[in-house]
Amino acid sequence: MAQGQMVPGIVSGRLSSDELTSNFTDLHPPLAAHEAAVAADRCYFCYDAPCVTACPTDIDIPLFMRQIQAGQPEAAGETILAQNILGGMCARVCPTETLCEEACVREAAEGAPVEIGRLQRYATDSVMADGAHPFVRAESTGKTVAVIGAGPAGLACAHRLAMLGHEVVIHESKPKPGGLNEYGIAAYKSTNNFAQAEVDWLMQIGGITIETGSVLGDTISLEGLSENYDAVFLSIGLAGVNALRAGGVGKDGVRAAVEFISDVRQTGDLTDLPVGRNVVVIGGGMTAVDAAVKSKLLGAEHVTIAYRRGRDAMGASRYEQDLAASHGVKIMTNVQPVAVHGNGAAAEIELEYTSSEGGQLTGTGEVIRLPADQVLKAIGQTLEGAPEGLTLDGNKIAVTGAGRTSMAGVWAGGDCAAGGEDLTVTAVAEGRDAAMDIHATLTA
Amino acid sequence: MADLQTNFLGIESPNPYWLASAPPTDKEYNVRRAFEAGWGGVVWKTLGAEGPPVVNVNGPRYGAIYGADRRLLGLNNIELITDRPLEVNLEEMARVKADYPDRALIASIMVPCEEEAWRAILPRVAETGADGIELNFGCPHGMSERGMGSAVGQVPEYIEMVTRWCKKHYDRPVIVKLTPNITDIRKPAEAAKNGGADAVSLINTINSITSVNLDTFSPEPSIDGKGSHGGYCGPAVKPIALSMVSEIARAQATHGLPISGIGGVTTWRDAAEFMALGCGTVQVCTAAMTYGFKIIDELTAGLSKWMDEKGYKDVSEIVGLAVPNVTDWQYLNLNYVAKAKIDQDQCIKCGRCYAACEDTSHQAISMSDDRVFEVMDDECVACNLCVDVCPVDGCISMVPMNAGEIDPRTGREVQPDYANWTSHPNNPMAKAAE
Repeated sequence: MAQGQMVPGIVSGRLSSDELTSNFTDLHPPLAAHEAAVAADRCYFCYDAPCVTACPTDIDIPLFMRQIQAGQPEAAGETILAQNILGGMCARVCPTETLCEEACVREAAEGAPVEIGRLQRYATDSVMADGAHPFVRAESTGKTVAVIGAGPAGLACAHRLAMLGHEVVIHESKPKPGGLNEYGIAAYKSTNNFAQAEVDWLMQIGGITIETGSVLGDTISLEGLSENYDAVFLSIGLAGVNALRAGGVGKDGVRAAVEFISDVRQTGDLTDLPVGRNVVVIGGGMTAVDAAVKSKLLGAEHVTIAYRRGRDAMGASRYEQDLAASHGVKIMTNVQPVAVHGNGAAAEIELEYTSSEGGQLTGTGEVIRLPADQVLKAIGQTLEGAPEGLTLDGNKIAVTGAGRTSMAGVWAGGDCAAGGEDLTVTAVAEGRDAAMDIHATLTA
Repeated sequence: MADLQTNFLGIESPNPYWLASAPPTDKEYNVRRAFEAGWGGVVWKTLGAEGPPVVNVNGPRYGAIYGADRRLLGLNNIELITDRPLEVNLEEMARVKADYPDRALIASIMVPCEEEAWRAILPRVAETGADGIELNFGCPHGMSERGMGSAVGQVPEYIEMVTRWCKKHYDRPVIVKLTPNITDIRKPAEAAKNGGADAVSLINTINSITSVNLDTFSPEPSIDGKGSHGGYCGPAVKPIALSMVSEIARAQATHGLPISGIGGVTTWRDAAEFMALGCGTVQVCTAAMTYGFKIIDELTAGLSKWMDEKGYKDVSEIVGLAVPNVTDWQYLNLNYVAKAKIDQDQCIKCGRCYAACEDTSHQAISMSDDRVFEVMDDECVACNLCVDVCPVDGCISMVPMNAGEIDPRTGREVQPDYANWTSHPNNPMAKAAE
C-alpha cells in the first residue's frame, strides 16, 4: 500500500508500484512509422542548414530527414551514427530546443520546429532494432590507446579509434560503463536500460575492452598508462560536487542532486527509493530540473527549485523549466540559501531574496522559510582527481586543438576538458575529434 | 449568395457539380446518396450493350500516388464499365430521375462501333428520362483492347461517325467524352463537333502505372504478380486537363462548343478555374472517392462565396473568362520584364531559393554569412523558380519593371509597347514591322 504524499520525512513507497511505473515511462514516446514520415516531411531541406551548424556533432540532419521520407530509416540512422555514435542517447537527452530545433527555420517561421530529436530517435532505434552494427574496423594499426572513463566522450573516442584500426582499453572506475548516460540523466529520458544497450551495441565494432573498477590515481596512474599505451585519452568527467555555502548543510536530508539521480537510475525497485515530502532543490541547471521532476514523480508533495538569479540566467532551458512546472514543481528565482534548520535532520530551509545589479548578486536581507525535509544540491560539479602535471584552464583540463593537453601523448575531452558546454553531444564531438587527432598523430 | 443554378445544353442542375461516370455513380444506392448530399448531377457509370455484363478483376482495381501525410494526389484504376445487367441500370436510372427531377442525370454509354449497337441501346436510355447521354470514348484500359473507349477516341473519324449515329437515334443532348491519350486534343473535339455533338467532356483518365513493387517487380495495382496500365486521375492530372480544355475552348474550329470539365477537381477553386477556361459544368470523381460525397458542401459554398466577392450573380458569367488570355508562346510580350523580390521580413532563411537558383538556374541570388538571401537584379531572368520552391507563401514575388527603367541584366531600357517573338530580330521568320 502506498504511503502517500503527505507522510513527513524522507520515506520510500509514497506511490504505488503502478503509479511509479507509469511516472517513469518515456517522456516522449517513440514515433510510429507514419508519424515519423509526416514529421520528417516537414523538413525543408535547407541549404547549408542552420540545424547542422547548431549541432555540436554536425549531423547531416536534412539528409537523414530525406532518408526517413524515402522510407529508409536505417540509412537515416547510419547518417546520424557516422557523426555521433551515441546518436541514440543524444536523441533522448539533447536540449534540442537550444540546439538543432532552435535553429530550425520552421521554429522561426511558425514556432514549431521539425521534431529533429524524436526523428533522430526513430532513425537510430531502427538501426539498433536490427541488432547489427553498421560500422567496420580498418586494418589493425598495431597501436593501443587507453581511454580513461567510459562516459560519452570516452565511448565516442574509443569507437572512432577502434574503427580506425587501433586497439582500445577503456578504464572505468564505476561498475558499469556509460558515465552520466548511466548514472546521471533523467530516468524518464532514458528508459528500458537504454544506456547499457547502447554501450553493448557500440562495442560490437570490436577492438574495445572495458575494465571496470579501474580508478585513476588508485589502481592506475597516468604515468603507467603513458608507458604502456601509445596514447591516452582522459574523459574523467566532473566527479566532485560544488560545496554549498550555507548553514546547516551537514544535517540529514541534505545531499548532492547527482547522487540522488544516480540512485534513481540504479535502483531495481522505485518503491524502495526514499524521497522527502517537501523537497527543495538548490540550483538552476538541468540537474536541478531532473532532480526536482524525479522527486515529484516519486511522490513528493511539494518540490521547489530555488535559484539565486533570474529565470533567464538559469542553465535549464525554458523547455526544461516548463517541463518542471508541468510536473508541479515550483520554481523560485532570486533566492539563495542561508541555512538549513532542523533538529539533526532538515526540517526547513531559510532562503534570502537576492537582487543582481550590474551583475553583482547581493542579498536583500529579506528571508523566507520553506518546509524542507530533503534538500538537494544541484549547484554544479567540479573536476576531481585530475592527474598531476596537467595544465588547467580554470577548473578544467586545458586543451588545444582537438583535445591535446599540455602533456604529449595525452588528450582530454568531455566535461573534464575546458571549452564547450557540458552536454552529452559536446562530449561525443570532443571524443570523436580527439580520436581523429590521436589517429593522425599515431599514423604520422 | 450567388445562384449556382446551371443550365448546360438545356439541362438544368442546382449547381455545376456533376459526379463523373465512375464507381460513385454505378448504382441507385450511391446516386441517391449523392443527390441527398447535394450534388447537381451525375453521369451514370458507363452502360454496355445488352447481354452478359463485363467482368472485373477480383483483385486491386486502384493504385495511388501520395503527397505528404498520405494525401492522395493521384489515383489510377483498371475497373471496366458497369458490370451489372443493362436492364437493372436502366430501371434504377428511371426511378432516380423520377424522384430527383431537378438534378441532371446523364447516361454514359459504350457499345461497339456498329450503328446497330447504338440504335439498339439509345431508345432504351431515352425511356429512362435521362437528360442526355455521354459517349465514353475515353477509358484507356480493358475496353480499349476490345475496340471501344479510347480506341475510338483516338480516331477522329470514328468519333464523328458514332456521334452522328447518336444524334440520329437520340433526341436529347449528346456529350462526347474525350481521351487525353492522344497528341492533339483539338482533333477529336473537332470530330465530335462535326458529328453533331452538343458538347464535349474531358479529360478521361491517362494511361499510367502508379508504381512498381520492388520486391515482386510487378506494376501496381498488381493482379497475381502482373499489372496493366490503368487510367490516371485526381489532383495530379488537373494541369493536363486545364490545358486540354483551354485548347478546345480557344481553337477556331471548336470555340464556343460547350465543355464539361473533368480532371482533378478537388475544391471550389479547381472548379472555378475549369469554368474560367470555358467549362459549363465540372465533373468530379477522385475527390468524392477520397473524401465521400460531403465535399459538395465546400464545393458549392466556396464557389458561391467567391462569386459573391467578385460580384458574379450567375455561373454562366464566369464561363470562359480566362479563355482570351490563353495564347501561344510566340505572342507573349517579350517587353515585359520582372524581377524576383524577397521580402526579408517574411524570409525564414531556409535557403531553398538560393540552392535552386545557384544549382539549377541563373545564379541570381546571393547568400551572406548570416543567411540573408538577396536577388541580384543583374542576373535575375524572373524565371519564378525561387517563388515556386519558397516554402513561405508570398515571401518572394515577381515585380514587373516600369517602362523607362533600365534592366540591369541586359542594360536595356524597359519598353512600354508590346512586342513578341514574331517580330523579334532573333527570329529568322520575323516579319518586319509594317
